[in-house]
Amino acid sequence: MGAVLEAADLERSFLKGDKRIVALRGFNLAVVEGSFLTILGRSGCGKSTLLNMMAGLLAPSSGRIAYRGQPVTGPRAEIAYLTQHDTLMPWRDVQHNVEMPLELRGTPKAERRRTAAELIERVGLSGFEKHYPRELSGGMRRRAGLARMLAAAPETLLLDEPFGALDAQLRAELQTELLRLWQGSGKTVVFITHDLEEALLLGDRVVVLGRAGQILLDTQIDLPRPRDPDDIRLDPAFVALHRRVSTALKEGSW
Amino acid sequence: MSADVHHPATVSASTPHARRPAGPIEVPANRSWWDRHGRAVIIAMVRLALLVAALAAWQAVSGPVVDPLFISKPSAIWDKLVTWAGDGTLARNTGLTMQEIALGFLLGSAGGLLAGFLLAIVRVLGDVLEPYMIALYSIPKVALAPLFIIWFGIELKMKVLLAAVTVFFLVYLNVAAGVRSVDRALVDAVRLMGATRRQIIAKVLLPGAMGGVITGLRVAVPYALIGAVVGELVASNRGLGFLMLDSASQFDTAGVFAALAVITVIATILNLGVTALDRRSSRWKPEEE
Repeated sequence: MGAVLEAADLERSFLKGDKRIVALRGFNLAVVEGSFLTILGRSGCGKSTLLNMMAGLLAPSSGRIAYRGQPVTGPRAEIAYLTQHDTLMPWRDVQHNVEMPLELRGTPKAERRRTAAELIERVGLSGFEKHYPRELSGGMRRRAGLARMLAAAPETLLLDEPFGALDAQLRAELQTELLRLWQGSGKTVVFITHDLEEALLLGDRVVVLGRAGQILLDTQIDLPRPRDPDDIRLDPAFVALHRRVSTALKEGSW
Repeated sequence: MSADVHHPATVSASTPHARRPAGPIEVPANRSWWDRHGRAVIIAMVRLALLVAALAAWQAVSGPVVDPLFISKPSAIWDKLVTWAGDGTLARNTGLTMQEIALGFLLGSAGGLLAGFLLAIVRVLGDVLEPYMIALYSIPKVALAPLFIIWFGIELKMKVLLAAVTVFFLVYLNVAAGVRSVDRALVDAVRLMGATRRQIIAKVLLPGAMGGVITGLRVAVPYALIGAVVGELVASNRGLGFLMLDSASQFDTAGVFAALAVITVIATILNLGVTALDRRSSRWKPEEE
């Protein structure tokens, strides 16, 4: 299995007044096809900048980012991106929000309906098709966002702290669901989080980022799937890994 | 790096057990007709009573306390309206003023919408023109009347354009603000879905700016009326504004009030129309309790 997404010597800085703020520097990473990669780091480590570049929303200042060998110069249909905040169109109900990626592609109405209905069912939002985002709870909006992302039938999913703003129980529920949706789908996932347990619970591999995207630790997570959020905390392998990662985070703290 | 090790083949994209998402529960509210509409009915009745009381007080005061030459009285105004309605004065002049309002509003709001979207979407253009637009907007439109008489004469065209100019700026400013207030994240979201520039405009900027469009149209409606009536007051021989001026010059206070009453009715009808439009397009905003 080759690398789907590759970053080589990636750098990104922003101008602020007459200062240059370096968000990411000398960053190298290869994401294996079909794998679930979690990227863990404290706020300000350049995680979101990295994901924005992978998604093609942001151009690197220097270095290279490639998707299947081709440089990423703009958004691509094969890559979907779920941001930290909800970006559902407030004037569209759930059904029409989920249909949106298909609508942009010119998929016929009947087929759009069918796909959307199926996805809404899959994320557990049946019965809420006609609700507008403002009428939904935060968790339901996330589900709708997830369904919309899946409607685009992407090969690669980029997720930026998607469950960060949710209560613990809901987060656990959505994590389980994300794993269920991903497993066996062959899709590649890059999942950014600042939550250590979340990173270990979800990923095949975790990359720990320090300042300016410096890689503090890059390791496989050899825990059997399916993983149960409650049991896995007691697994000795999990505990050992937890310690390694948390040590790395501490050493790299600034 | 073998990621595939972790994928059990027992996949499932199949439907999970029936789950309900965490969220509010919907139950029938069982409200009676009066629970639902009682407050609205009471308010409507109080409003009506207030109007009747004000008219009655006016009628009573006029004569014994204040000279009817200054304030006329409701019965005299009604008689005047009946006379005007009888001899066709009312229909002719109201029709003309309505025509000016309608044309001025259409012309002004079409221009305002176009300019608003264009200048907000082509950012550079908007940034360059912004201070000039504000400066032009700040000119009292009445002050343009003399110039418009020179340019367009004292016929229909002058009044329509005076109304249109006022409407234009109000619509333009609100639409531009509406487009700019659209969340960047929403634009990025559809870009990520592979939207073209045209799709971004049609599916995000246009619906997202709807609030600004409605506000612009709404605040502009009374100004179309003002533009038309002012145009008539400045120079004309027909229309409600002329009727008012003509009555005043003959010390016919009832005539002035009668024309004013008609103008008020027109304004109210226009406002009701805009409110109806507002309600239709903002269904996605949650209903207030």
